[in-house]
Amino acid sequence: MKKRVVITGLGVCAPNGVGIPAFTEALKNGTSGIRFQQQLADLNFGCQIAGEPEIPDDLLAEYFTPLQLKDLDATGIIYGMIAGVDAWKDAGLTVTDKDTVDYESGIIFGTSLLGAEKFRKAIYLTDDKKVKRLGSTTVIQTMASGISAYLGGYLGCGNQVTTNSSACTTGTESILMGYDRIAHGYAKRMLVGGCNDSGPYIWGGFDAMRVLNKKHNDHPELGSRPMQSDASGFIPGSGAGALVLESLESAIARKATIYAEVLGGAVNSGGQRQSGSMTAPNSVAVQRCIKDALENTAVNPEEIDTINGHLTATGMCPTEIKNWSEALGRSGTAFPYINSLKSMTGHCLAAAGSIETVATIIELHEGMVFGNRNCDDIHPDITAIVAENRIPNKTLKTPIKIAAKASFGFGDVNCCMLFKKYTT
Amino acid sequence: MNTDHYDALKKIIKIYLPEDVSVDDITPKSHLINELNINSANLVDVVLDVEDHFDITIEDDEIEKMDTVASALEIIDQKVS
Repeated sequence: MKKRVVITGLGVCAPNGVGIPAFTEALKNGTSGIRFQQQLADLNFGCQIAGEPEIPDDLLAEYFTPLQLKDLDATGIIYGMIAGVDAWKDAGLTVTDKDTVDYESGIIFGTSLLGAEKFRKAIYLTDDKKVKRLGSTTVIQTMASGISAYLGGYLGCGNQVTTNSSACTTGTESILMGYDRIAHGYAKRMLVGGCNDSGPYIWGGFDAMRVLNKKHNDHPELGSRPMQSDASGFIPGSGAGALVLESLESAIARKATIYAEVLGGAVNSGGQRQSGSMTAPNSVAVQRCIKDALENTAVNPEEIDTINGHLTATGMCPTEIKNWSEALGRSGTAFPYINSLKSMTGHCLAAAGSIETVATIIELHEGMVFGNRNCDDIHPDITAIVAENRIPNKTLKTPIKIAAKASFGFGDVNCCMLFKKYTT
Repeated sequence: MNTDHYDALKKIIKIYLPEDVSVDDITPKSHLINELNINSANLVDVVLDVEDHFDITIEDDEIEKMDTVASALEIIDQKVS
């Protein structure tokens, strides 16, 4: 018998809001976190705008020791620590003392490439025959699991402490992995989520692939246009989202605030076969992933009230909508509400699924569907499937019982999760 | 012992001390790892900071001899003069 799993803590470090109160306000108001990036302009990027969290310097001392702050260049670690530690504290959990290990709590915190700026400095020093000058933190800031290692050391977690990596599916996948661990009784609590570095060395490869929108450098806030007729590329982003997952019995015993229940989900790959490739999803696999998530959670397609899509604005949005519609057997006015946080934050890459899931849990908890920003000219291939009023461009106050979140990543990998408003 | 060098070294070491060790606990005899509880991985950073501050280069075999504050100062005094 699987254990029920609930969410008891949230933390976020998003381009449009750092901390849950600021992020919730941004969601309600459709606030954009996309800003002009002088550095990208100086480097001749086609896309010179991005979503990057704004972190005040004085905030860092709450999350790092003075020694850790010395030479700290991995922005992903900064974002992940803020989101992760905030989620832990939001759940009412404490940090263990220096002689105590909490073996019932673990961490699965994903990323893509960590510490790119640190690695850049290390490469210059190494090529300059100054390898001794790398210091002791090059390894821990550039290893993918650096983020789970920093969090683990801060919190004192003694269960599994690891990092997952599956491109833009990473953040969502970490939630399913943490859910499984608790559902099977291997852990009481799992801090899950994802983070992604900022900067030209992260975003450059996407600019080179010509998958970014180059047309809104003068109007950053209008640049991220999921589902729109003129969508011509995504806006790169960064940040971190974090959730504390906990067995229902542990949450009740601690009298913790329960934001929502994790029903479970599914993960798969399209094998880079059929319509799938390294960079494009196999629609058959996407639909299968959504259907598997429904089957694994015993949820009927009609029960889904709202979908927080992947919807990046590269031109694949109509295909994604078609996949949801066919997998759920729902269309027109019978389609669930659907929105894309990327319209406000850009595509936060390995952090996307976790930041977007935090948004979904806020929707469930507050009884609302956040409005899509830059949404006044929906692609005709989408309106042919879904009634326009199911794609709100203003935040709606409405009770939500079940919400779906999916992410799709390079390598043709998919993950779909289902969350429910908590009821005894 | 050059007291200017000693004070500068104490300032460098300060950030590497764990929470339960104070800069006032530092004496010339203090063992960097066993008494001041500096994480052994951070010793390479202490050496880099010393090199930067005094504008000297410390070789690997010299690092091995830097186990106490006094032995570190001996190497610094010798290189700076």
